[in-house]
Amino acid sequence: MLRLFAAGLVAGIAALSPVQAQTLRFGLMEDPDALDPTLARTFTSRMVFAAMCDKLVDIGPDLKPVPQLATSWSLSEDQKTLTMTLRPGVRFHDGEKLDAAAAKYSIERHLKLPGSQRRGEIAPIDRVEVVDDLTFKIFLKTPFAPLMAQFTDRAGMMVSPKAAERLGDKFSTAPVCAGPFKFVERVPQDRIVVERFDDYWNKDQIHLKRIEFRPIPDGTVRLTNLRAGQLELLERLTPTDLPQVTRDPKLKIGSTIELGFQSIVFNPNRAGSAVADPRVRAAFDLAIDRNALNQVVFSGEFLPGNQWVSPKHPAYVKDYPLPKRDVAKAKALLAEAGIPKPSVTLTVYANNEAPQVGQVIQAMTREAGFDVKLQATDFTTALDAADKGNFDAYLYSWSGRPDPDGNTFSFLACKTPLNYARYCNPEADAALAAERATVDPAQRAEAWKHLADRVMADRPLIYLFHRKLFWAYSNKLTGFTPYPDGLVRFTGLTLN
Amino acid sequence: MLRFLVQRLALAIPTLVIASMIIFTLQQLLPGDTATALSGEERDPEVIAFIRQKYHLDQPLPVRYALWAGGVLQGDLGESIRLQKPVIDLVIEKLPVTLELACLAMLVALVIGVPMGILSAVKRGTAADTLANGIALWGLSVPNFWLGILMILLFSVQLGWLPASGYVSPFESLSENLRSMAMPAFVLGNAIAAVMMRHTRAAMLGVLGSDYVRTARAKGVSPLRLILRHALPNAAIPIITLGALEFGQLLSGAVLTEQVFSVPGFGKLMVDAVFNRDYATVQGVVICTATTYVLLNLAADLLAAFVNPKLRRA
Repeated sequence: MLRLFAAGLVAGIAALSPVQAQTLRFGLMEDPDALDPTLARTFTSRMVFAAMCDKLVDIGPDLKPVPQLATSWSLSEDQKTLTMTLRPGVRFHDGEKLDAAAAKYSIERHLKLPGSQRRGEIAPIDRVEVVDDLTFKIFLKTPFAPLMAQFTDRAGMMVSPKAAERLGDKFSTAPVCAGPFKFVERVPQDRIVVERFDDYWNKDQIHLKRIEFRPIPDGTVRLTNLRAGQLELLERLTPTDLPQVTRDPKLKIGSTIELGFQSIVFNPNRAGSAVADPRVRAAFDLAIDRNALNQVVFSGEFLPGNQWVSPKHPAYVKDYPLPKRDVAKAKALLAEAGIPKPSVTLTVYANNEAPQVGQVIQAMTREAGFDVKLQATDFTTALDAADKGNFDAYLYSWSGRPDPDGNTFSFLACKTPLNYARYCNPEADAALAAERATVDPAQRAEAWKHLADRVMADRPLIYLFHRKLFWAYSNKLTGFTPYPDGLVRFTGLTLN
Repeated sequence: MLRFLVQRLALAIPTLVIASMIIFTLQQLLPGDTATALSGEERDPEVIAFIRQKYHLDQPLPVRYALWAGGVLQGDLGESIRLQKPVIDLVIEKLPVTLELACLAMLVALVIGVPMGILSAVKRGTAADTLANGIALWGLSVPNFWLGILMILLFSVQLGWLPASGYVSPFESLSENLRSMAMPAFVLGNAIAAVMMRHTRAAMLGVLGSDYVRTARAKGVSPLRLILRHALPNAAIPIITLGALEFGQLLSGAVLTEQVFSVPGFGKLMVDAVFNRDYATVQGVVICTATTYVLLNLAADLLAAFVNPKLRRA
């Protein structure tokens, strides 16, 4: 009886107190690059930052900013001054205070550190001024609607000025931020370890003790490790592996539609290229059956699309719904252009899926008369070809940004870095300037419509589909919520 | 003997210089450069220009080689641009892992390959010979990647005996270290065992047919002594040479096996470095591998001379 009572007591205590010594092992698709929010450039490094570096604001399920390190903010009448108030009592992992001066330092570091990947994201910022201990003002050169969205990502991450000064461009070797977990160690290609930060402002919601990020590039191997209990969570599960996970009672799946897009970029300026003729590009577009493509390569799990945001996104331009395949019309357009059998080289990144997408497109467009040659290369080679304009068509993937500006401006505005099509159209530029200049949703919607009017007609690139991001995790893990930016929030996660 | 050693070591230097030059030049033939690879999704032209300048990518090829070689002479292998870490640190981190995996794989190969080769030579034409040959053929033809996944499914997912991945340092826990290395070592060793078996068999057959073995047999030497004392030392020379070559291969990293079992060795480091055009890392790993390769060949020659006195005078 006594034993029974003792057992009951133990069980009771175990049920009451959150389980300690919890280590979450998280399988990543690749080894992240430098762990410095200013210099980092990969999607995977953002997975790690999500544990280490809190941002001024976070993104809500409806893609609107919600408070994180900043509790309130307001934009001036002329939309050129943003006043932000910080959460009181927040400390960096090295014990330093996160105050307005530290925030000013971090934003200026993003703007000025040589090699900063953030500078372009927040370039319209003119200067930052400290108002009082917790308040600062950001002055803009011109109104810039995407600013708050930029602060939900790396540009909004605050770093300890003391550590940043001490380490300079070596900050990534021992990053010090103000997130729920602090950096412990990194063994390249093997693991990144972070540990709970006991002075975190929201520490009551942090139940995990440690997180080990483990880069395992092969999808099958990643899943096998999860099934063998070597991981509790993995990202970017391959859609074709979904049945394996659903069959396993010990595993669960989370998913969200990505903010990015998968597209084909044309190079109309290449001498002698068939895609120089807009009718040929239109015919190519009409020859593709986006639903069939999704069914064949991705078991129907992804979302076919035709714009820079998915059909489920609030900024989707409803006047341009998903086009239907029309081979007859494609053939007619080619005949009209006088190129009934155009030859097009399609450059694809040689990962698991892109060549398959290329093959399906090759087969579909052949029915309209196209002769598509596939050129599968490694990522850097493909980028190099894109930079130099050595391509006809390029199967291009973009991971996406919370604000649609991040999916359009750098691709479609004249002479921007990601504009591989070298597209330059005054009306499109005007529409892009208009969406940036106002935070008013109605005015921005109108600007998106104007942009779509041009892009849907000119087709410098055609959008094909939006990936669904899948996580698979052990059923021991509770509290997992998929977020639209594809990153994991470790707050509230528990391992049982 | 000493002269032989000095001569061989002196020869190693031009070998290493030429190897480094070839790799340096070959890397430049790859499209794109570190700045292309590292400029990120945003591809800010200012960032690209900054990276090119910082890492001297805007300099002509000979200047860059000279800069790099100058560093190496002072013991500085440069910095990994992608990881912002000195290459020498990366090498020191990965070399013990790769070395351990290579040694264990070699052990597996020797333990399986050599006895099987001897057996099939001695029992030539019997069922045992056919079986051994069959196993060797299987070992040669089964892809590492596939075998690795199957082993994980059996020993980790189904039986739960061995960890599916990860590396534990032997200084942390020797038993955990061996548990984590068991499957990768077997997968790697399995393929080499097959080659070993075939070579041992061929060498043994040659020796077993020779006059001195026949004489020894006629003098009534026991079969076991005949094989181990008389035949094997002579047959060992090609096996040692092959072993050194295979070991050298293992040291340059076993990419697929490392991927399957997430072993943080040279192979993964190298592949990542090539895809990211991380020139300094590629160069550093190549130099280290080439050096060990040269040393291993030297060791193999010395070992062969030790096993077979006839070679010492040559």
